[in-house]
Amino acid sequence: MRLLTAFAALFVSSAATPQDADLLVYGEVVYTMEGGELNAIEDGVVYIEDGVIQAVGPADGTQIPKKAMETRRAAVVVPGLIDPRSTAGLTGIYNQPQDQDIIETSKPIQPELRALDAYNGRDELVGFLRAKGVTTLHTGHAAGEAMSGQLFVVKTREGSVGESVLVETSAVSATLAPSALNSGGKGPGTRAKLAMILRDELIDAQEYKAKVDAWQAKKDAFDAHTPAEGESEPDESAPKDPGDPPSRNLRLEALASVLSGDVPLLVTANRAQDIDTALRLADEFGFTLWLDSGAEAYLVAEELRAAGVPVFLHPTMARPWGDMQNMSWTTAGRLADAGLTVMTQSGYEGYVPKVRVVLFEAAIAAVNGWGFERALAGLTITPARVLGIDDRVGSIEIGKDGDLALYDGDPFEYTTRCVGTVIEGVVVSDGE
Amino acid sequence: MRRWMMAALCLCLGADASGQNGRVLFEGGTVFTVAGEGAGEIERGHVLVRGGVIEAVGEGDAPEELREGATVVDCSGKTLMPGMVDTHSHLGGIGGADGTGPIQPGVRVMDSINVRSSGFRRALAGGLTTLNIMPGSGHLSSGRTIYVKLRFFPETETQPAGPRTIRDVFILGDDRRPMGGLKMANGTNSIRDSAGFPGTRAKSAFLVREQFIKAQEYAAKWDAWNAKAEEGDDPGAPPARDLHLETFVDAMNGDIVVHHHTHRHDDIITVLRLAEEFGFRVVLHHVSEAWKVADEIASFEGVPGPDGEPWGAPCSVILVDSPGGKLEAIDLIYETGGVLEKAGARVAMHTDDWITDSRLFNRMAALAVRAGMSREAAIRSLTIEGARMLDLADRVGSLEAGKDADLVVMSGDPLSVYTKIEQTWVEGVKVFDRSDPEDLFYAQGGYGAGQDIDPYFCCYDHLMKGGAQ
Repeated sequence: MRLLTAFAALFVSSAATPQDADLLVYGEVVYTMEGGELNAIEDGVVYIEDGVIQAVGPADGTQIPKKAMETRRAAVVVPGLIDPRSTAGLTGIYNQPQDQDIIETSKPIQPELRALDAYNGRDELVGFLRAKGVTTLHTGHAAGEAMSGQLFVVKTREGSVGESVLVETSAVSATLAPSALNSGGKGPGTRAKLAMILRDELIDAQEYKAKVDAWQAKKDAFDAHTPAEGESEPDESAPKDPGDPPSRNLRLEALASVLSGDVPLLVTANRAQDIDTALRLADEFGFTLWLDSGAEAYLVAEELRAAGVPVFLHPTMARPWGDMQNMSWTTAGRLADAGLTVMTQSGYEGYVPKVRVVLFEAAIAAVNGWGFERALAGLTITPARVLGIDDRVGSIEIGKDGDLALYDGDPFEYTTRCVGTVIEGVVVSDGE
Repeated sequence: MRRWMMAALCLCLGADASGQNGRVLFEGGTVFTVAGEGAGEIERGHVLVRGGVIEAVGEGDAPEELREGATVVDCSGKTLMPGMVDTHSHLGGIGGADGTGPIQPGVRVMDSINVRSSGFRRALAGGLTTLNIMPGSGHLSSGRTIYVKLRFFPETETQPAGPRTIRDVFILGDDRRPMGGLKMANGTNSIRDSAGFPGTRAKSAFLVREQFIKAQEYAAKWDAWNAKAEEGDDPGAPPARDLHLETFVDAMNGDIVVHHHTHRHDDIITVLRLAEEFGFRVVLHHVSEAWKVADEIASFEGVPGPDGEPWGAPCSVILVDSPGGKLEAIDLIYETGGVLEKAGARVAMHTDDWITDSRLFNRMAALAVRAGMSREAAIRSLTIEGARMLDLADRVGSLEAGKDADLVVMSGDPLSVYTKIEQTWVEGVKVFDRSDPEDLFYAQGGYGAGQDIDPYFCCYDHLMKGGAQ
């Protein structure tokens, strides 16, 4: 079976030359998700040229160039799925030390670790997700240490990261949950201490940032200054050369970009009290807060909405125990009803299933109050907007990447199969 | 919070308990009787229940004489199927054998279960009515399992609702003793770097064979002593009892079924070899790689079962959403159920709860259909096939006159994500009703609905840290 998969992969990648990135896909129904709505097109067609969508519309009436090209047909065509929070590529299938890169336990705080430097695009589990229609992963370090590292955004095509990277550093992962207490990195022993070490670290970053900013301001002023014509005497008031920049510190540099708002802090918290702590820290330090997991988010929905925090909700089928014991299958729907931006995620898993399929997790939320349209948006356009990649992916629109997922029926139905996955016009999987 | 909810809940359930003595008629819906070979689908049928037992099952509406005095449950547009049978569950905050040794068959999981665990409420919400609760993982043998019926009693003046003790959920055998099986495991599950535990597969098999041979000798000693006593001779002091060996003897006598964790194809074949050598009846559990040896499994005869037919090597399958997570599940595929079905093997499913959620048991069968299993075999795998593996096929697992009145009312197709489980009945008593807010609470989750006691596995910490399991 795995041999077959490997063989198929070879075959597919050999076809992935630029001129083959033209594709015609017919769907009995095409959900474009443009504007966050289904925009169902019955008997629709999507035309992809050089990896980019050039036409979408009803098959009868949409202009398609008359040339030979690969053609696919499916019952349902949707934008390639985006997993909004994953550890795929870092959480290897074998679950042996050599293929587990989701958590570095040598220290509690290591925001400098880049997912980019750990991701294995050839891991079988990435291929497994690809065959279910997932084309984009927001993946990286899991919760479990106070600050475990960075996440990034990558397409699921097989191979080295390279051109598959969409965002090099999309977020820094922090944890306000019991998993970071007494952790492998000798994390703090209590909630209060956990919050304190995070504050301590952010304050260090503020000071570092102030130093770097001050140096930069001096340098900018010095570079901008041109001595006046004919002046021979040195001008005492002229900006001085600030000399060498402060020495770089990758850890504080990563946090400085959190403080400047360039990189959000993705904080894992499940208990309402921990979510509240995350909101308090965001207030104090002014960073962009993304809430990860959020099992009890329904208790503080109003606070989250007021703070404009998007929720990367735990897998719907997560186990209701530990700090997730109060989770509910209705949370996605309730948060959406309350006006929050919500997405389900595949999350992180120490055992089985080693990766979850975000489509499956969304399905359970969809039938428990979230609804078909919002759930499908939560797999496509919603995360694309939150992650700032909606100029490339998340909906089927002219000019966007030709990323599609093809199904033989309702994508959320248990018995429906993925029958094709397309990344930038290339069929990267024939599905299940 | 939880106490208050329990109190509120039993008021509602109390009102529903009329089915215990009177007749309850389910009619108007599609019925999957699961009698005979297929799923026994009746497009529009009825099921009449009385005194906790099914009295009649038929097509169309029930004849007038049967309707008399019956409480009618209108199932129009809905689906009725037997209460589901989970052949492998860890609900109830279980604990089995501890870390002192790899073979501890004498430990009984029944001595560890909290019947008030919220997990049982979720199981009812999933339409489960009969469970095989197993001790935890990580041993060659972690002890005796217990077969339970998820009975749920209304509140009384002195007692809260629900089962009160483990006795309330026992299923008694012909000998009036609680029924159960024996949990065993092989492969990487029981291999660990700990004193007395095996380091390799060959050592695992050796340790098990050694104990079974000891059990044979133990049985011979008892047989000799009993023979002497029967002949009227003074047999002297009886041999010292050994709870571990006694359990192995029960397995070799065919009194209990061995429920055997096994994933890799070669581990599966090893189980069959041991079953052949020691003559125990076995159910192969998990069987991630059964698709590689489906013909060997299907053609295995084994010892005779209770009905005189060869017991075979029935498979209780788990599908998790992705392969891997441990070495022996690398080649887990959704196709396993369908491949075994085509080969002619018997197939049930199990939740392994907390590995998968009891509320989504039907989803697992649907995933098997996604990958080629027939719908009929999938519905059987949730019901009668599991019942047979627990020696309970004459009591549960299908809707037939004379069987326990364990039923599930669903809003539609049992294999659809859109279908809701609306009611669950155990022995003629409604034990779950989705229209009841308190039951809905356990079905969906929420503040206070979660797991209150975690299961104990000796290797649990190790597992969750993603170690070499």
